[in-house]
Amino acid sequence: MGIIKASKLVFDYIRRDEEENIEETDRAIDGLSVDVEKGSFVAVLGHNGSGKSTLAKHINAILVPTEGTVWVSGMDTADESKVWEIRKGAGMVFQNPDNQIIGNVVEEDVGFGPENIGVPTDDIWKRVDESLKAVGMTAFRYKSPNKLSGGQKQRVAIAGVMAMRPECIVLDEPTAMLDPDGRKEVIRTVTELNRKEGITVILITHYMEEVIGADRVIVMDEGKIVMDGTPREVFSRVDELKEYRLDVPQVTELAYELRKGGADMPAGILSIDEFVESFMAAMGGTEA
Amino acid sequence: MLREITIGQYYPVDSVLHRMDPRTKLFGTMVYIVSLFLADNVWCYLAAAVFLAAVIRLSHVPLSFMVRGLKAILFLLLISVSFNLFLTEGEELFRIWFLRVTREGVRMAGFMAVRLIFLVVGSSVMTLTTTPNQLTDGLEKSLGFLKKVRVPVHEMAMIMSIALRFIPILVEETDKIMKAQMARGADFESGGLVQKAKSMVPLLVPLFISAFRRATDLAMAMEARCYHGGEGRTRMKPLRYAGRDYAAYLTYAAYMGVMLALRTVF
Ligand SMILES: Nc1ncnc2c1ncn2[C@@H]1O[C@H](COP(=O)(O)OP(=O)(O)O)[C@@H](O)[C@H]1O
Ligand SMILES: [Mg+2]
Repeated sequence: MGIIKASKLVFDYIRRDEEENIEETDRAIDGLSVDVEKGSFVAVLGHNGSGKSTLAKHINAILVPTEGTVWVSGMDTADESKVWEIRKGAGMVFQNPDNQIIGNVVEEDVGFGPENIGVPTDDIWKRVDESLKAVGMTAFRYKSPNKLSGGQKQRVAIAGVMAMRPECIVLDEPTAMLDPDGRKEVIRTVTELNRKEGITVILITHYMEEVIGADRVIVMDEGKIVMDGTPREVFSRVDELKEYRLDVPQVTELAYELRKGGADMPAGILSIDEFVESFMAAMGGTEA
Repeated sequence: MLREITIGQYYPVDSVLHRMDPRTKLFGTMVYIVSLFLADNVWCYLAAAVFLAAVIRLSHVPLSFMVRGLKAILFLLLISVSFNLFLTEGEELFRIWFLRVTREGVRMAGFMAVRLIFLVVGSSVMTLTTTPNQLTDGLEKSLGFLKKVRVPVHEMAMIMSIALRFIPILVEETDKIMKAQMARGADFESGGLVQKAKSMVPLLVPLFISAFRRATDLAMAMEARCYHGGEGRTRMKPLRYAGRDYAAYLTYAAYMGVMLALRTVF
């Protein structure tokens, strides 16, 4: 069993009227099973309303399954006595950078999590120093969060999670509200944490470019996992991706069309460099 | 530009008062206010003035910042001075039309003015040398005993510190919404009171929606980071008394002693 495992997970959002009668149920997750290996970088794609955020909230025990089970580091998230243990081990970074920073000073915000779990004062300082360094925000430690850019705020939020010494970080569209530079900044930071510190990363995103570096890509649709594989495997199935209303990167699509048209291109091209290389090879091949 | 607004009026320099524990300053302010109400003769006020002048010297904050707070109470000051001046019974000094000014009235009005001015300047010393965060921490710790009678002191302090973080964000957002509505022809300036109040609706509705949204997001983010109230929580920056704080408490005792002595002797 990996660090995160969900088995036949079902989750219904239930709306009740004033008399507590069930008015409407909305099935956001529908019989999903998944197993995430420790230390891996998993990207989750899916159009709006496909259930990505709902899944993310199960990993942190913010939501508990309606049916089925979720285990995080072997702990059942439905077990209420384990909830703080689970949240400590699986940190969460949200979309809006402003609405997840609590401290009035950067370093105090990073210390917020350790304070909550009763870490002794000296140890909090050590963790804050380490976490700020890990995300490259040490120079901003005495600043007010209001004076930072979006990308910097998200890095502070990541540092706040790192200070809990988690095994796993779940990021729910952390780049959705950022400019391209901020997006790169955040993805670079996350990738580094995964490579250097061995943190398991679950990155939920809308942007295809961000999933290229992942070990595994999961595509969700209507509360189910519909595609699962390496980025190359997933991106070689362009028609299917389009069916799930996802925008395929332009180079991938171009390569795909060329391939369909008979060019000798490999499937699942992800970057411009890669495209140019195989395109040159393919052209060279036909000329000779 | 609105981003620059800071809450409170902290004056960031380094001084012994800035480094002092917020609890010491809170207590000191209270002692000073009580002493002002005990003062009943010129000598007492003189002692209060000397004490205040010494504290201002120690704070390294320019005097102009200290007296800034007085503007806000100018009206209150005028009213209380005139009431005391004209309505105190006693030996008549002179008379303007039907208003009698008595010897006692002049004395009372003078004392009242001095008392109010000292009170405002004295509390400014605290807010100028203490960040709002330290103040919140100080209040939480000093009022900690109230937890025994189920006053949610920790929660109130948390609310205060979250408010401090979000007020600038909401102010900026108000500005943004206002501009957006103005671009669509909204008019926040002209018209009478009713008209103005009505024009606030398209501003307040989106602002409230956004504030509630932020509140839900923040609550979730706090829970995800294991926040579960003050129970079992440690502090990154715990409040600890240092030598200067003990010295300050001794000074308060000495000052109070002098005040009481002057009150009985004269
Ligand atoms: N708080 C909620 N109350 C009711 N329904 C919700 C709530 N949050 C999400 N949903 C519904 O659950 C489904 C999945 O939503 P979500 O997990 O947010 O998707 P995603 O993050 O992929 O956009 C959607 O149909 C959405 O309308
Ligand atoms: Mg979402």
